[in-house]
Amino acid sequence: MQQEVILAMLAKEPSHGYELRARLKQALGPVGEDMNAGQVYVTLTRLEKAGLVVATSAPGVQERPDRKVHELTADGQQRVAEWLAEVAWPRPDLTEFHLKLIAAAAARLGDPLAIVDAQRRELLRRLRDAQRAAMAEPETSDAALLLEGIVLRLQADLRWLEACERTWTTRRNQS
Amino acid sequence: MTLLSARGLGKEYGKGDGLVRAVRDVGLDVQNGETVAVMGPSGCGKSTLLHVLGGLDRPSRGEIRLAGQRLDQMGERGLARMRRDAVGFVFQAFHLMDELTAVENVELPALLAGRSPRKARTKALELLDRTGLADRARFLPSALSGGQRQRVAVARALANDPLIVLADEPTGNLDSAATLEVLRLFDDLHNAGQTLVIVTHDSRIAATADRLITMRDGEFTDETRLTGGTTGSLSRLAGLES
Repeated sequence: MQQEVILAMLAKEPSHGYELRARLKQALGPVGEDMNAGQVYVTLTRLEKAGLVVATSAPGVQERPDRKVHELTADGQQRVAEWLAEVAWPRPDLTEFHLKLIAAAAARLGDPLAIVDAQRRELLRRLRDAQRAAMAEPETSDAALLLEGIVLRLQADLRWLEACERTWTTRRNQS
Repeated sequence: MTLLSARGLGKEYGKGDGLVRAVRDVGLDVQNGETVAVMGPSGCGKSTLLHVLGGLDRPSRGEIRLAGQRLDQMGERGLARMRRDAVGFVFQAFHLMDELTAVENVELPALLAGRSPRKARTKALELLDRTGLADRARFLPSALSGGQRQRVAVARALANDPLIVLADEPTGNLDSAATLEVLRLFDDLHNAGQTLVIVTHDSRIAATADRLITMRDGEFTDETRLTGGTTGSLSRLAGLES
Protein backbone atom coordinates (compact mmCIF):
# COMPACT_ATOMS: atom_id res chain seq x y z
CA MET A 1 0.00 0.00 0.00
CA GLN A 2 1.15 3.48 -0.76
CA GLN A 3 2.57 5.58 2.06
CA GLU A 4 0.30 8.43 1.01
CA VAL A 5 -2.76 6.36 1.86
CA ILE A 6 -1.66 6.01 5.46
CA LEU A 7 -0.70 9.66 5.53
CA ALA A 8 -4.11 10.76 4.24
CA MET A 9 -5.92 8.46 6.67
CA LEU A 10 -4.08 10.31 9.40
CA ALA A 11 -5.25 13.71 8.13
CA LYS A 12 -8.59 13.39 9.94
CA GLU A 13 -7.04 13.65 13.41
CA PRO A 14 -3.94 12.53 15.36
CA SER A 15 -4.36 8.79 15.76
CA HIS A 16 -2.98 5.58 17.20
CA GLY A 17 -1.79 2.95 14.75
CA TYR A 18 -4.66 0.64 15.66
CA GLU A 19 -7.16 3.40 14.87
CA LEU A 20 -5.64 3.77 11.42
CA ARG A 21 -5.89 0.03 10.90
CA ALA A 22 -9.54 0.10 11.93
CA ARG A 23 -10.21 2.92 9.48
CA LEU A 24 -8.55 1.00 6.68
CA LYS A 25 -10.47 -2.17 7.55
CA GLN A 26 -13.69 -0.20 7.54
CA ALA A 27 -12.89 1.39 4.19
CA LEU A 28 -11.70 -1.78 2.49
CA GLY A 29 -13.97 -4.49 3.89
CA PRO A 30 -13.08 -7.92 2.45
CA VAL A 31 -10.51 -6.36 0.10
CA GLY A 32 -8.37 -5.44 3.10
CA GLU A 33 -8.82 -8.74 4.88
CA ASP A 34 -5.41 -10.21 4.24
CA MET A 35 -3.63 -6.91 4.84
CA ASN A 36 -0.51 -7.43 6.92
CA ALA A 37 -1.16 -6.08 10.41
CA GLY A 38 2.40 -4.82 10.77
CA GLN A 39 2.34 -2.87 7.54
CA VAL A 40 0.66 0.18 9.05
CA TYR A 41 3.35 0.40 11.75
CA VAL A 42 6.21 -0.11 9.29
CA THR A 43 4.78 2.62 7.10
CA LEU A 44 4.28 4.97 10.05
CA THR A 45 7.92 4.51 11.04
CA ARG A 46 9.02 5.33 7.50
CA LEU A 47 6.81 8.39 7.40
CA GLU A 48 8.23 9.52 10.72
CA LYS A 49 11.78 9.18 9.40
CA ALA A 50 10.80 11.14 6.32
CA GLY A 51 9.58 13.98 8.55
CA LEU A 52 5.98 13.72 7.37
CA VAL A 53 4.65 12.41 10.68
CA VAL A 54 5.54 13.03 14.33
CA ALA A 55 4.79 10.44 16.98
CA THR A 56 4.28 11.28 20.64
CA SER A 57 3.89 8.81 23.50
CA ALA A 58 1.33 9.48 26.14
CA PRO A 59 3.17 10.23 29.43
CA GLY A 60 3.65 7.31 31.79
CA VAL A 61 2.78 4.72 29.20
CA GLN A 62 5.31 2.15 28.09
CA GLU A 63 7.12 2.80 24.83
CA ARG A 64 5.12 0.51 22.53
CA PRO A 65 4.45 1.27 18.90
CA ASP A 66 0.67 1.00 19.18
CA ARG A 67 0.58 3.40 22.12
CA LYS A 68 2.02 6.28 20.15
CA VAL A 69 -0.18 9.00 18.79
CA HIS A 70 0.77 9.94 15.23
CA GLU A 71 0.22 13.36 13.77
CA LEU A 72 0.93 14.97 10.41
CA THR A 73 3.67 17.57 10.19
CA ALA A 74 3.26 20.61 7.93
CA ASP A 75 5.24 18.71 5.27
CA GLY A 76 2.96 15.75 5.78
CA GLN A 77 -0.12 17.86 5.30
CA GLN A 78 1.32 19.32 2.14
CA ARG A 79 2.13 15.85 0.79
CA VAL A 80 -1.48 14.75 1.46
CA ALA A 81 -2.83 17.78 -0.41
CA GLU A 82 -0.52 17.02 -3.35
CA TRP A 83 -1.54 13.37 -3.40
CA LEU A 84 -5.24 14.22 -3.38
CA ALA A 85 -4.71 16.45 -6.38
CA GLU A 86 -2.71 13.83 -8.32
CA VAL A 87 -4.49 12.07 -11.14
CA ALA A 88 -2.87 8.66 -11.29
CA TRP A 89 -3.55 6.40 -14.24
CA PRO A 90 -3.14 3.95 -16.09
CA ARG A 91 -2.05 2.00 -13.03
CA PRO A 92 -5.56 0.76 -12.32
CA ASP A 93 -5.25 1.27 -8.61
CA LEU A 94 -8.90 1.42 -7.67
CA THR A 95 -8.08 0.89 -4.02
CA GLU A 96 -5.86 3.94 -3.87
CA PHE A 97 -8.49 6.12 -5.53
CA HIS A 98 -11.23 4.72 -3.29
CA LEU A 99 -9.19 5.48 -0.17
CA LYS A 100 -8.38 8.93 -1.52
CA LEU A 101 -12.09 9.75 -1.61
CA ILE A 102 -12.68 8.32 1.86
CA ALA A 103 -9.73 10.16 3.38
CA ALA A 104 -10.61 13.44 1.68
CA ALA A 105 -14.19 13.27 2.95
CA ALA A 106 -13.28 12.17 6.47
CA ALA A 107 -10.71 14.93 6.96
CA ARG A 108 -12.87 17.45 5.07
CA LEU A 109 -9.82 18.15 2.95
CA GLY A 110 -11.49 18.07 -0.39
CA ASP A 111 -14.79 17.41 -2.07
CA PRO A 112 -14.86 13.76 -3.23
CA LEU A 113 -17.06 14.81 -6.13
CA ALA A 114 -14.46 17.35 -7.27
CA ILE A 115 -11.83 14.60 -7.12
CA VAL A 116 -14.11 12.34 -9.18
CA ASP A 117 -14.62 15.15 -11.71
CA ALA A 118 -10.87 15.74 -12.06
CA GLN A 119 -10.28 12.04 -12.58
CA ARG A 120 -13.08 11.86 -15.14
CA ARG A 121 -11.66 14.80 -17.11
CA GLU A 122 -8.32 13.07 -17.30
CA LEU A 123 -9.76 9.70 -18.32
CA LEU A 124 -11.98 11.28 -20.97
CA ARG A 125 -8.99 13.05 -22.52
CA ARG A 126 -7.19 9.75 -22.65
CA LEU A 127 -10.26 8.05 -24.06
CA ARG A 128 -10.40 10.71 -26.75
CA ASP A 129 -6.75 10.11 -27.68
CA ALA A 130 -7.10 6.33 -27.71
CA GLN A 131 -10.32 6.50 -29.69
CA ARG A 132 -8.91 8.87 -32.29
CA ALA A 133 -5.98 6.53 -32.73
CA ALA A 134 -8.39 3.57 -33.00
CA MET A 135 -10.53 5.32 -35.62
CA ALA A 136 -7.44 6.12 -37.67
CA GLU A 137 -6.44 2.45 -37.86
CA PRO A 138 -7.78 0.22 -40.61
CA GLU A 139 -10.17 -2.38 -39.21
CA THR A 140 -7.76 -5.21 -39.93
CA SER A 141 -4.79 -3.75 -38.03
CA ASP A 142 -3.43 -5.48 -34.94
CA ALA A 143 -3.02 -2.15 -33.19
CA ALA A 144 -6.75 -1.50 -33.57
CA LEU A 145 -7.40 -4.47 -31.31
CA LEU A 146 -4.98 -3.23 -28.67
CA LEU A 147 -6.50 0.25 -28.86
CA GLU A 148 -9.97 -1.27 -28.49
CA GLY A 149 -8.71 -2.91 -25.30
CA ILE A 150 -7.44 0.42 -23.99
CA VAL A 151 -10.74 2.09 -24.88
CA LEU A 152 -12.73 -0.62 -23.10
CA ARG A 153 -10.57 -0.37 -19.98
CA LEU A 154 -10.99 3.38 -19.88
CA GLN A 155 -14.73 2.96 -20.32
CA ALA A 156 -14.86 0.51 -17.44
CA ASP A 157 -12.98 2.96 -15.23
CA LEU A 158 -15.33 5.76 -16.26
CA ARG A 159 -18.33 3.63 -15.37
CA TRP A 160 -16.89 2.98 -11.96
CA LEU A 161 -16.38 6.75 -11.55
CA GLU A 162 -20.12 7.12 -12.24
CA ALA A 163 -20.78 4.73 -9.36
CA CYS A 164 -18.40 6.75 -7.16
CA GLU A 165 -20.26 9.90 -8.13
CA ARG A 166 -23.65 8.40 -7.28
CA THR A 167 -22.51 7.16 -3.89
CA TRP A 168 -20.74 10.35 -2.88
CA THR A 169 -23.61 12.51 -4.10
CA THR A 170 -25.99 10.53 -1.88
CA ARG A 171 -23.63 10.82 1.08
CA ARG A 172 -23.24 14.55 0.60
CA ASN A 173 -26.98 15.05 0.40
CA GLN A 174 -27.44 13.07 3.62
CA SER A 175 -24.81 14.91 5.63
CA MET B 1 -19.07 33.05 -33.58
CA THR B 2 -21.73 31.89 -31.14
CA LEU B 3 -24.39 29.88 -32.95
CA LEU B 4 -26.54 28.75 -30.06
CA SER B 5 -26.80 30.37 -26.66
CA ALA B 6 -29.00 29.94 -23.62
CA ARG B 7 -29.33 32.17 -20.55
CA GLY B 8 -31.10 31.36 -17.29
CA LEU B 9 -32.79 28.41 -18.92
CA GLY B 10 -35.28 26.46 -16.78
CA LYS B 11 -37.82 23.75 -17.46
CA GLU B 12 -40.34 22.36 -15.01
CA TYR B 13 -42.99 19.67 -15.19
CA GLY B 14 -45.98 19.07 -12.95
CA LYS B 15 -47.30 21.13 -10.06
CA GLY B 16 -47.19 21.26 -6.28
CA ASP B 17 -45.66 18.13 -4.74
CA GLY B 18 -45.27 16.60 -8.19
CA LEU B 19 -43.16 19.50 -9.46
CA VAL B 20 -40.03 18.30 -11.28
CA ARG B 21 -37.36 20.89 -12.00
CA ALA B 22 -35.71 19.09 -14.91
CA VAL B 23 -33.49 22.02 -15.97
CA ARG B 24 -32.44 24.75 -13.54
CA ASP B 25 -30.78 27.99 -14.53
CA VAL B 26 -28.59 26.68 -17.32
CA GLY B 27 -26.34 28.93 -19.38
CA LEU B 28 -24.66 27.71 -22.53
CA ASP B 29 -22.79 29.03 -25.57
CA VAL B 30 -22.08 26.81 -28.55
CA GLN B 31 -19.66 28.17 -31.12
CA ASN B 32 -19.97 27.58 -34.83
CA GLY B 33 -18.27 24.29 -35.75
CA GLU B 34 -17.94 23.16 -32.17
CA THR B 35 -18.91 19.75 -30.79
CA VAL B 36 -20.26 19.94 -27.25
CA ALA B 37 -21.19 16.88 -25.21
CA VAL B 38 -23.44 17.05 -22.16
CA MET B 39 -22.96 14.05 -19.91
CA GLY B 40 -24.81 12.98 -16.83
CA PRO B 41 -26.72 10.13 -15.21
CA SER B 42 -30.18 9.26 -16.49
CA GLY B 43 -32.75 11.64 -15.08
CA CYS B 44 -30.30 14.55 -14.79
CA GLY B 45 -32.31 16.60 -17.27
CA LYS B 46 -30.03 16.35 -20.29
CA SER B 47 -32.69 15.09 -22.72
CA THR B 48 -35.11 17.80 -21.58
CA LEU B 49 -32.36 20.36 -22.13
CA LEU B 50 -31.77 19.12 -25.67
CA HIS B 51 -35.48 19.22 -26.49
CA VAL B 52 -35.74 22.78 -25.22
CA LEU B 53 -32.60 23.88 -27.09
CA GLY B 54 -33.96 22.44 -30.33
CA GLY B 55 -37.43 23.96 -29.98
CA LEU B 56 -39.14 20.58 -29.47
CA ASP B 57 -40.27 21.80 -26.09
CA ARG B 58 -40.83 25.24 -24.54
CA PRO B 59 -38.65 26.45 -21.68
CA SER B 60 -40.39 27.50 -18.43
CA ARG B 61 -38.03 30.47 -18.29
CA GLY B 62 -34.90 31.87 -19.83
CA GLU B 63 -33.66 32.82 -23.28
CA ILE B 64 -32.52 30.70 -26.22
CA ARG B 65 -30.88 32.24 -29.26
CA LEU B 66 -30.18 30.22 -32.38
CA ALA B 67 -28.35 32.16 -35.11
CA GLY B 68 -29.48 35.39 -33.43
CA GLN B 69 -33.17 34.48 -33.25
CA ARG B 70 -35.05 34.15 -29.95
CA LEU B 71 -36.55 30.64 -29.93
CA ASP B 72 -38.28 31.21 -26.59
CA GLN B 73 -40.27 34.13 -28.05
CA MET B 74 -41.13 32.51 -31.36
CA GLY B 75 -44.68 31.51 -32.30
CA GLU B 76 -45.55 27.90 -33.09
CA ARG B 77 -45.24 28.28 -36.85
CA GLY B 78 -41.92 30.07 -36.66
CA LEU B 79 -40.62 27.45 -34.28
CA ALA B 80 -41.74 24.61 -36.53
CA ARG B 81 -39.94 26.25 -39.47
CA MET B 82 -36.81 26.71 -37.36
CA ARG B 83 -36.85 23.04 -36.31
CA ARG B 84 -37.26 21.94 -39.90
CA ASP B 85 -34.68 24.21 -41.52
CA ALA B 86 -32.05 24.95 -38.92
CA VAL B 87 -31.93 21.94 -36.60
CA GLY B 88 -31.18 18.27 -37.27
CA PHE B 89 -32.26 15.77 -34.61
CA VAL B 90 -30.78 12.33 -33.94
CA PHE B 91 -32.46 10.09 -31.36
CA GLN B 92 -31.46 6.99 -29.47
CA ALA B 93 -34.23 4.87 -31.02
CA PHE B 94 -33.51 6.14 -34.57
CA HIS B 95 -37.19 7.13 -35.20
CA LEU B 96 -37.12 6.00 -38.83
CA MET B 97 -40.32 5.31 -40.75
CA ASP B 98 -40.43 1.51 -41.02
CA GLU B 99 -42.41 1.42 -44.25
CA LEU B 100 -40.06 3.82 -46.09
CA THR B 101 -36.70 2.85 -47.60
CA ALA B 102 -33.47 4.44 -46.39
CA VAL B 103 -33.43 7.03 -49.16
CA GLU B 104 -37.13 7.85 -48.65
CA ASN B 105 -36.51 8.42 -44.95
CA VAL B 106 -33.58 10.71 -45.70
CA GLU B 107 -35.39 12.81 -48.32
CA LEU B 108 -38.54 13.26 -46.23
CA PRO B 109 -37.47 16.45 -44.36
CA ALA B 110 -36.48 18.09 -47.65
CA LEU B 111 -39.86 17.20 -49.20
CA LEU B 112 -41.63 18.61 -46.14
CA ALA B 113 -39.60 21.79 -46.57
CA GLY B 114 -40.97 22.12 -50.09
CA ARG B 115 -38.00 21.03 -52.17
CA SER B 116 -38.66 19.38 -55.50
CA PRO B 117 -38.76 15.55 -55.36
CA ARG B 118 -35.84 15.38 -57.75
CA LYS B 119 -33.66 17.74 -55.68
CA ALA B 120 -34.66 16.00 -52.47
CA ARG B 121 -33.72 12.59 -53.94
CA THR B 122 -30.35 13.80 -55.25
CA LYS B 123 -29.50 15.31 -51.88
CA ALA B 124 -30.62 12.16 -50.02
CA LEU B 125 -28.43 9.94 -52.19
CA GLU B 126 -25.49 12.27 -51.61
CA LEU B 127 -26.00 12.08 -47.85
CA LEU B 128 -26.28 8.30 -47.90
CA ASP B 129 -23.04 8.20 -49.85
CA ARG B 130 -21.44 10.47 -47.30
CA THR B 131 -22.59 8.20 -44.46
CA GLY B 132 -21.24 5.12 -46.27
CA LEU B 133 -24.65 3.68 -47.14
CA ALA B 134 -24.88 4.32 -50.89
CA ASP B 135 -25.49 0.61 -51.51
CA ARG B 136 -28.29 0.44 -48.90
CA ALA B 137 -30.45 3.27 -50.27
CA ARG B 138 -33.38 0.99 -51.28
CA PHE B 139 -33.34 -1.09 -48.10
CA LEU B 140 -36.06 -0.87 -45.51
CA PRO B 141 -34.85 -0.05 -41.98
CA SER B 142 -35.71 -3.61 -40.89
CA ALA B 143 -33.06 -4.92 -43.30
CA LEU B 144 -30.36 -2.71 -41.81
CA SER B 145 -28.14 -3.20 -38.75
CA GLY B 146 -28.45 -0.89 -35.75
CA GLY B 147 -25.37 1.08 -36.75
CA GLN B 148 -26.66 1.45 -40.31
CA ARG B 149 -30.08 2.62 -39.10
CA GLN B 150 -28.47 5.29 -36.96
CA ARG B 151 -26.34 6.41 -39.91
CA VAL B 152 -29.54 6.73 -41.98
CA ALA B 153 -31.00 8.80 -39.13
CA VAL B 154 -27.92 11.05 -39.17
CA ALA B 155 -28.22 11.45 -42.96
CA ARG B 156 -31.88 12.42 -42.46
CA ALA B 157 -30.86 14.99 -39.83
CA LEU B 158 -28.61 16.60 -42.46
CA ALA B 159 -31.27 16.71 -45.21
CA ASN B 160 -31.93 20.46 -44.91
CA ASP B 161 -28.31 21.48 -44.20
CA PRO B 162 -29.04 22.33 -40.56
CA LEU B 163 -27.03 24.94 -38.69
CA ILE B 164 -26.82 22.56 -35.77
CA VAL B 165 -27.30 18.83 -35.15
CA LEU B 166 -28.70 17.83 -31.75
CA ALA B 167 -28.22 14.19 -30.79
CA ASP B 168 -29.88 12.44 -27.83
CA GLU B 169 -27.99 9.27 -26.82
CA PRO B 170 -27.10 8.48 -30.44
CA THR B 171 -25.17 5.35 -29.43
CA GLY B 172 -27.52 4.27 -26.66
CA ASN B 173 -28.94 1.30 -28.58
CA LEU B 174 -25.73 0.20 -30.31
CA ASP B 175 -23.09 -2.43 -29.66
CA SER B 176 -19.37 -1.65 -29.65
CA ALA B 177 -18.75 -2.10 -33.40
CA ALA B 178 -21.86 -0.10 -34.37
CA THR B 179 -20.87 2.60 -31.89
CA LEU B 180 -17.55 2.95 -33.69
CA GLU B 181 -19.41 3.43 -37.03
CA VAL B 182 -21.41 6.29 -35.52
CA LEU B 183 -18.32 7.76 -33.83
CA ARG B 184 -16.53 7.84 -37.18
CA LEU B 185 -19.51 9.53 -38.78
CA PHE B 186 -19.76 12.21 -36.07
CA ASP B 187 -16.04 12.76 -36.37
CA ASP B 188 -16.41 13.31 -40.14
CA LEU B 189 -19.24 15.80 -39.52
CA HIS B 190 -17.11 17.60 -36.98
CA ASN B 191 -14.17 17.80 -39.38
CA ALA B 192 -16.52 19.17 -42.05
CA GLY B 193 -17.42 22.03 -39.68
CA GLN B 194 -20.85 20.84 -38.55
CA THR B 195 -21.93 22.21 -35.16
CA LEU B 196 -23.02 19.39 -32.85
CA VAL B 197 -24.54 19.07 -29.40
CA ILE B 198 -24.68 15.54 -28.04
CA VAL B 199 -26.29 14.50 -24.77
CA THR B 200 -25.22 11.08 -23.62
CA HIS B 201 -24.06 8.88 -20.82
CA ASP B 202 -21.78 6.96 -23.21
CA SER B 203 -18.24 8.08 -22.45
CA ARG B 204 -17.06 6.99 -25.92
CA ILE B 205 -19.15 9.52 -27.79
CA ALA B 206 -18.64 12.17 -25.12
CA ALA B 207 -14.90 11.77 -25.63
CA THR B 208 -15.22 12.85 -29.29
CA ALA B 209 -16.35 16.34 -28.22
CA ASP B 210 -14.27 19.51 -28.05
CA ARG B 211 -15.94 20.44 -24.81
CA LEU B 212 -17.63 18.34 -22.20
CA ILE B 213 -20.26 19.55 -19.75
CA THR B 214 -21.32 17.47 -16.77
CA MET B 215 -24.93 17.78 -15.66
CA ARG B 216 -26.43 16.73 -12.32
CA ASP B 217 -29.93 17.37 -11.04
CA GLY B 218 -30.74 19.81 -13.83
CA GLU B 219 -27.60 21.92 -13.41
CA PHE B 220 -24.19 22.11 -15.08
CA THR B 221 -21.64 21.08 -12.47
CA ASP B 222 -18.43 20.74 -14.44
CA GLU B 223 -17.07 21.81 -17.77
CA THR B 224 -13.85 20.89 -19.50
CA ARG B 225 -12.06 21.15 -22.83
CA LEU B 226 -11.06 17.78 -24.15
CA THR B 227 -8.96 19.13 -27.01
CA GLY B 228 -5.28 19.60 -26.30
CA GLY B 229 -3.78 19.22 -22.88
CA THR B 230 -3.65 15.43 -22.84
CA THR B 231 -1.19 14.06 -20.39
CA GLY B 232 -0.81 10.46 -21.48
CA SER B 233 1.00 9.07 -24.46
CA LEU B 234 -0.52 6.04 -26.12
CA SER B 235 2.40 3.87 -25.11
CA ARG B 236 1.67 4.78 -21.52
CA LEU B 237 -1.98 3.99 -22.07
CA ALA B 238 -0.99 0.61 -23.46
CA GLY B 239 1.12 -0.07 -20.39
CA LEU B 240 4.43 -0.06 -22.25
CA GLU B 241 5.81 2.62 -19.97
CA SER B 242 4.86 3.24 -16.43
